[in-house]
Amino acid sequence: MTLATATQPEEARDKAGVSHSGSRRSGPDTVFHLLVAASALLVLVVLGGLVVLMGLGGSQAFRTFGLGFAFHDVWNPVADVYGAWAPLFGTIVSTLIGVAIALPLAFGTAFWLTAMAPPRVAAIVGTAVQLLAAVPSIIFGMWGFFTIVPFMARTVQPFLTHHFRHVPGIRFIIHGAPFGTGLMTAGLVLAVMIAPFMTAVMRDVFAAMPNMLRESAYGLGATRWDVMWKVVVPWSRSGMIGAIVLGMGRALGETMAVTFVIGNVTAVGWSLFAPRSTVASLIALQFPESPAGSLRLSALLALGFILMLLSFASLALARMLRGDTK
Amino acid sequence: MSGTVVSTTGWKPNPRAARRRRADHLATAFGMVMAGILVLVLASILWTLLSRGLAGLSATAIMKPMGPPGSSSGLANAIVGSLIQTFMALLMATPLGLGCGIYLSEYGTETNKFASCVRFVSDVLMSVPSILVGLFVYQVLVAPFGHFSALAGSVALAILAVPIIVRTTEDMLRLVPTSMREAGAALGATRWRVTLSLCLRSAKTGVLTGILLALARVSGETAPLLFTSLGNQNWSFSLNRPMASLPVTIYQYAGASYEDWVQLAWAGALLVTMGVLAINIAVRVSARRG
Repeated sequence: MTLATATQPEEARDKAGVSHSGSRRSGPDTVFHLLVAASALLVLVVLGGLVVLMGLGGSQAFRTFGLGFAFHDVWNPVADVYGAWAPLFGTIVSTLIGVAIALPLAFGTAFWLTAMAPPRVAAIVGTAVQLLAAVPSIIFGMWGFFTIVPFMARTVQPFLTHHFRHVPGIRFIIHGAPFGTGLMTAGLVLAVMIAPFMTAVMRDVFAAMPNMLRESAYGLGATRWDVMWKVVVPWSRSGMIGAIVLGMGRALGETMAVTFVIGNVTAVGWSLFAPRSTVASLIALQFPESPAGSLRLSALLALGFILMLLSFASLALARMLRGDTK
Repeated sequence: MSGTVVSTTGWKPNPRAARRRRADHLATAFGMVMAGILVLVLASILWTLLSRGLAGLSATAIMKPMGPPGSSSGLANAIVGSLIQTFMALLMATPLGLGCGIYLSEYGTETNKFASCVRFVSDVLMSVPSILVGLFVYQVLVAPFGHFSALAGSVALAILAVPIIVRTTEDMLRLVPTSMREAGAALGATRWRVTLSLCLRSAKTGVLTGILLALARVSGETAPLLFTSLGNQNWSFSLNRPMASLPVTIYQYAGASYEDWVQLAWAGALLVTMGVLAINIAVRVSARRG
């Protein structure tokens, strides 16, 4: 780290430009300017290095399997053949399930907190939700592993299999032995993990709306739901989208909460109740067993690269949507 | 309700009003049910954590180092390892984050392309999946040296802490009024004196909050430590060797089939959660006072 700060300042000053070129410069001032500019540059270098190294490390896999790597659905360490589709599919579907469950939970709770709950209760519940958004993800993973997985295996799956086994369409979704692990379980745990976070953000956004608007709407005879749906939601749309996309970003890259409950089988299929894997869980599990320089390690780094692209894309999406609505 | 006893009073039922009222009742019920579900689920997590964690928590769990299943082992080396690594991470992240935050707020004007680029990158870093940070540090600090190390773990945590510190430092420094800077300059103070002794001092509480939040964030991180500090069954104080940490130990123990290891995992989970929550509550209380 000190190395970087020592070697970069020239470049940093060139880029950092001109803020007070007209004024008289004293020695310590220049040094201070260079120091802080260098630390800014270092932050840039870290992310640059992150992207470049991930891409370089994965280049062997990309060379071997071509761009089809992303859509090839075999992940077979024994035959040394790797494709990213199985974990990618797992990541995308579990994230979508998580957001789909978390969104009504977060929206409903934020609605209740800002429009219905008695102020005292709202303050307590609101603080509790904010605090829970800070609980480390591994706790949610453990809770899922010891609570949700047995519940799914003993109650939900037997029930679904018993009643919907022969229903076309649903049959494929619920197919699978009752292990309790799978995309549905992962989605549930992810939902519980991101719901407090999304609730906290949405509550802040709703509460930030000027009370005047709310009072005017009530004065016109609007019901609570009218106010919510026709005044608060349009007013805070960009903030809500931000909350959703940020929650989605968290779910995309989540490792610990998912690894416990996904089952870790690299297969592709429509069943939401069969063991699967996600990009992050596959990396966490297989990285320690992959020797340096092997194709497998390269394939895992390539997976990491793709995950990073997904994470960038979700952030860019959030910015774009926010920019459009402002 | 609306369409029943109306003819005598001359009041006509209004289907639109009735529909709006129905929608309102539905939405109210929806909000309450959702809030109820969320609160119940979260309470169930806390309850599981408390009941199982307290059962596993004992003097042995805190005082003794990890050991094979069946022996009376504990988490002491993991606790100390976590403390060392998070402390090291903050030691690296604080100056860097402060420097970057100062740069962005004091020198990063609207027209400064480099600053807006750094600001964007810092935002991106805040949302990068933490396991990728672990992979990155593995390639930089583990693979070239051929062994896992506590230093690599600390660097990985530091990378996660920096963007949080940058963001709060910049925001807090921007709240300092320009007149304060002008007053300092009028008294003949140089720019770095103004920044450090006036701006940073008056924004002290907010900046400290950022550092504490970063601490809370990284102290529960598991994924970036898996390939960097790896974990260790024994006492180790060397930054150059693998070191145990509480989250990684929880991860290893929770999936094990030994009852006493699982109990220790819950005890560790309780400790981590309480630590994180204590920091967050402290931040809140101090913010309310300040």
